[in-house]
Amino acid sequence: MAKIVGGIGCSHVPAVGAASDFGKTKDSYWTPLFDALPKARKWINDLRPDVVILVYNDHASAFSLELIPTFAIGTADLFKPADEGYGPRDVPDVKGHSALAWHIAESCILDEFDLTIANHMDVDHGCTVPLTVFFDQPEEWPVKVIPLCVNVIQFPPPTANRCFNLGQAIQRAVESFPEDLRVVVAGTGGMSHQLQGERAGVVNTEFDLTYLDNLIDNNEVNRKMSHLEFIREAGSEGIEMVMWQIMRGSLDDQVEEKFRKYHVASSNTAFGIICLENKTV
Amino acid sequence: MTYKEKVALRKAFNDIPGTYVLTPEHSQKGYGLNMFCMSLNKEENRAKFRENEAEYLKGYKLTDEQRDAILSRDYLRCLQLGGNIYYVFKIAIFDRRSMQYVGGKMSGVTEEEFRDMMLSGGRSIIGNRSKEEKNG
Repeated sequence: MAKIVGGIGCSHVPAVGAASDFGKTKDSYWTPLFDALPKARKWINDLRPDVVILVYNDHASAFSLELIPTFAIGTADLFKPADEGYGPRDVPDVKGHSALAWHIAESCILDEFDLTIANHMDVDHGCTVPLTVFFDQPEEWPVKVIPLCVNVIQFPPPTANRCFNLGQAIQRAVESFPEDLRVVVAGTGGMSHQLQGERAGVVNTEFDLTYLDNLIDNNEVNRKMSHLEFIREAGSEGIEMVMWQIMRGSLDDQVEEKFRKYHVASSNTAFGIICLENKTV
Repeated sequence: MTYKEKVALRKAFNDIPGTYVLTPEHSQKGYGLNMFCMSLNKEENRAKFRENEAEYLKGYKLTDEQRDAILSRDYLRCLQLGGNIYYVFKIAIFDRRSMQYVGGKMSGVTEEEFRDMMLSGGRSIIGNRSKEEKNG
């Protein structure tokens, strides 16, 4: 049977991808972050994942205001890096796991989570930057990826609680799939940041560290947090952290923290990554 | 959610200083502007815009104010007129400007000053939660 072997919360700052793509990871600006990553990469590698369900938001790349799915699951076998205005990122194509993705779609929809099914979807930095963080610069990504897109740009995004509940439905779906697959769920985006307006540059370290702590043993606080509180406390783009709740919901009640790095700032954003595993009884 | 609750939420959003949430009202106002920005994802459109900006904009439903804000690269004005940062940032990408340049321009500092502020921990949340807190 398929099994969820780990969960990752991780920022998806475009500049982190660019630092990797353009050979800047040894620059003093970037070493505080990149020097911390080998430990996380080792943990991920040791988990031997076959599939990563990568929860992220599209940033006006595959979707625009023309069509705004709240949740869209990529069921294709292949996803191309999107042109976000610079030309596509020079990273490997993202290979999907069509059979598992379709199973999750069917299972979740019948479980009353109405996912939009995307058979064609280019993936932007929201999806490819976490892959760089997890796997560095391989010729091919070492896992299959199921992209799960969440609208967090057009208000209202789904609530944190809804995201958590969807995570639980995904856990039920994955763990009923007959193939022996080791699955990691990554919730990406955040942490506190605001890109827009006169308040651009807001960072709330206290909020972020509390959010990370609460993921472990007090997640009720995180999942019940309102949109208003996320936006006010963590910045207008900090609301991306609702997506981490899908990851948290896909794990058991009891989890163990295996890795954490928090760094201010990567470009305009407080960068956070946390690696979790279900607690073994 | 009731209509009354919605109105209260808008009021609360409006109380956050320097922040433009893409509410349904905002989105309707900025649809043409945001969709113009979206078009810059395609290289052929970038080439056309590069050739003649004003001419290219004729293909989008924009108010005069929105057109001026785009042509003068007034990012903050674009947001105030219905833009969303992920869309508006595509104009900056087109001009090869960084997000820190844009952040600085919107908040009245240089790119370097903005970068330094981020390196020293970012803009403090203290005093920036509400207009009342900020002005009081």
